[in-house]
Amino acid sequence: MTYTITVNRERHTVDVPERMPLLWVLRDTLGLKGTKFGCGIAQCGACTVLIDGRPARSCQVQISAVGARPVLTIESLPQEATHPLQQAWMELDVPQCGYCQAGQIMTASALLTQTPNPTDEQIDTAMNGVVCRCGTYVRIKQAIKQAASGRKG
Amino acid sequence: MAKSDSTNLPTVDRRTFLQVTALAGGGLLVGLSFPDVLAQRGGGPGSGAALLPDIYITIHPDNTFTIIAKNPETGQGVKTALPMIIADELDVDWSQVKVRQADLDPKYGSQIEGGSRAIPSNYQNMRLVGAGGRLLMVSAAAAMWNVPASELTTGSGLVKHAGSGRTATYGSLASRAASVPVPDQAAITAGLKNPKDFKIIGKRTRGVDVKDIVTGRPVFSIDVAPPNMLYAAFEKCSAFRGKVVSANLDEIKKMPGIRHAFIVEPAGQGNNAAVSGVAIVADSWWIANDARRSLKITWDEGAIASQSSVGYTAQAKDLAAKNASAPPPPPPAGGGRGGGGGAAIGDAEAAFKSAAKVIEAEYFFPFLSHAPLEPQNATAHFKDGKLEIWSPSQIPSLQHPAAGAGIAPENVTMHLVRSGGGFGRRLVSDYDTEIGSIARKVTDERAAQGLPSVPVKLLWTREDDMGHDQYRPSGYHFFKAALDGAGKLVAFRDYVPSTQSVVPANEFPRGFCENVWVISTAVTPFDVPTGALRAPPTNGISFVMQGFVDEIAIAAGKDPLQYRIDLLNSPAGGGPTGGFNPARARGVLEAVRDMSTWNRRGQLPKGTGMGVAFQFAHAGYVAYIVEAAVDANKAVKINRVWCAVDIGRQIVNPSQAENLVHGGFVEGMSHIMNWEITIDRGGAVQRNFNQYQPTRMAQVPTDFQVKFLQTDFDPTGLGEPSLPPAVPAITNAIFAANGDRIRTLPIGKLGYRWA
Repeated sequence: MTYTITVNRERHTVDVPERMPLLWVLRDTLGLKGTKFGCGIAQCGACTVLIDGRPARSCQVQISAVGARPVLTIESLPQEATHPLQQAWMELDVPQCGYCQAGQIMTASALLTQTPNPTDEQIDTAMNGVVCRCGTYVRIKQAIKQAASGRKG
Repeated sequence: MAKSDSTNLPTVDRRTFLQVTALAGGGLLVGLSFPDVLAQRGGGPGSGAALLPDIYITIHPDNTFTIIAKNPETGQGVKTALPMIIADELDVDWSQVKVRQADLDPKYGSQIEGGSRAIPSNYQNMRLVGAGGRLLMVSAAAAMWNVPASELTTGSGLVKHAGSGRTATYGSLASRAASVPVPDQAAITAGLKNPKDFKIIGKRTRGVDVKDIVTGRPVFSIDVAPPNMLYAAFEKCSAFRGKVVSANLDEIKKMPGIRHAFIVEPAGQGNNAAVSGVAIVADSWWIANDARRSLKITWDEGAIASQSSVGYTAQAKDLAAKNASAPPPPPPAGGGRGGGGGAAIGDAEAAFKSAAKVIEAEYFFPFLSHAPLEPQNATAHFKDGKLEIWSPSQIPSLQHPAAGAGIAPENVTMHLVRSGGGFGRRLVSDYDTEIGSIARKVTDERAAQGLPSVPVKLLWTREDDMGHDQYRPSGYHFFKAALDGAGKLVAFRDYVPSTQSVVPANEFPRGFCENVWVISTAVTPFDVPTGALRAPPTNGISFVMQGFVDEIAIAAGKDPLQYRIDLLNSPAGGGPTGGFNPARARGVLEAVRDMSTWNRRGQLPKGTGMGVAFQFAHAGYVAYIVEAAVDANKAVKINRVWCAVDIGRQIVNPSQAENLVHGGFVEGMSHIMNWEITIDRGGAVQRNFNQYQPTRMAQVPTDFQVKFLQTDFDPTGLGEPSLPPAVPAITNAIFAANGDRIRTLPIGKLGYRWA
């Protein structure tokens, strides 16, 4: 089946099975490897992208369900890492293995769009679906707060 | 910036300590021949070949520097830390440095990420590499200016002559440096910096891949995508090492998008072996994996299908009932740390009979899966009898993919790729063996059809990963301890019915008690694959030992922290073994007490308590104090954490070191609350995160203080030591909060949850 989707503000037409999850269209068909596979059952959040501005588990969204809604992946952020979240992540040296961080950053970007100055509880609630197996949560939370406040590290 | 490819470089065969090679265009390569590397070459594959320079530094004419990261990166930060050491001694600015990951090559010596060994094994050699490069630049400038080298100083990639005000960049000196006399090892050693002059070592330094990570660039093993790559999914038996008898391959091959489907025969050795299964290869991984739902396989599950956790537990309890009071088997086994054996010091049984107080307790910890967030995968291309592989392994080896492909190891080229977490899982390279086999079969089948070879990526699902792990062994401990009238520990006994668990023969309180018996009996049959998880064996042993020591302190009516210090101050029964230094253990305990509110814990509200634990693990000493609140519904909230760490005199990268402490503690929280693998019908029951919940952000304390003591001992690693004592510090805090002594993990099955 042929589907036209809008990813990172560009339209792409792909010929894939209708049940293929968006995650695999992004990774294997469009070559956007930044979005990660972790569990395949929406438990870890590594595959989080924004659909219509809201965090979505791309491993659970079939290509046939995407439609005209815009999809944003980690690659939509500035490649020079000038987004406040990217800056905060760099300044605080957040990652260990780094595998979850695309899902963390995309989830955080949706949070800050909705809630520019989140409380700790709002951060916890928004971020709870994204697992960091290495346990960098202390720094992820600091980085979100730093990006929100515009402070430089 | 120029990218150098070491395999195409001119070679020199000077068996000198420092290796220097001029580059066309004015650059310079600098490396060292380490005696251990030379020794490894002797008799090994490729020995007798021309000696390649061990190239770590490329000095470019524009005064930038490419430095090799020799070890694989799984998240501990070695790709940053080891080049930092070279750069500091070379005396360049970190901003002038570009880091390049080494391929697997004997010229680099051991390229292993595990055991917290990267820093202790490489610290001195990396310093020598950098210092040798710096001395070459000084020599070249001295010759150019005709001044004594002693009048020259360096910094920021410049050589300076204060007397004349002249400066020269290393880049401009590179050509000349290729022809100056090469300093010998003694001169390089003498030229090492005084550590107080370090400018990069000891400074918080961002990981070299962080920018790539936050921009989504394809830096992980799963992202490797050479042109024309196909994707493989691999179905294995749910019972460990079960074999395919038959499968509906013809039906699978007819499905849309499927290019190949075939049975993979077992290959390779031990846990690194590829086990029997069915590979499905397609244009997209999802298509290959989705076709697994249509597989109809007849399995020979083998004898293991009769084994289960229920059976192991029943047998352990039965063994304990029969043996827990038996004397240790003669002769007394000293037992190496990490080895089997046991300990038989003094006469514990006699001491129990005359003691003022005796306490007993049963402890248990379960099998664990490593669950790195990136599922196992590898990519390989079999072409013209040779295999090129991109591997995320922590112990990269040519042997395993070679075994899979049925070729000699010298016909394998291996690239090391950043992996999404190791935790010990990637110490084993079964996926490399599997992709070796699959890549060869794909090439062979395509050749039969007249098609050119293509690369293939094998990717496991999470269920594959959790169900085909080498699990942290489960442990059963039946403890007995005796106190005299003053509360002093006079006898200690640990009976360990073992599921390939390591017996804590050298573990504290051994060395501080006159009578210590540690005895083990194997649970059999036991055929579950087990292996190292972060901080083996103390990741489980710390929980039981530091938990039971806490019980002893409480039974003695003493402050549990001071009781540990009192024990450490009183060597007995032959004193400590296994490299354990009680002064360093005491140091982290005193430090964590002093930085925390431990001495005011009596003022905490009801339902809130503080726990302490320390551990000597992987040459490091770590102590935690945890403040936790537990409500009537067993909801646990960790309020505050204090951690004191002694890993020697130098923390190479304090940023990553602190991060690893956070991570060790967070992993410990996963161990405590939810993580358990149980075995049924010879296979793992839990197969994904919904059954194996990791710690999440809301559960993690933000008030988390870490202190590095920086004692005068050689630097050691931190990937592992931060984990083990986190577990008993939390369970001891729960006891302090609500009086419930946690003796079995995980506590989720005891009704606990995170608040």
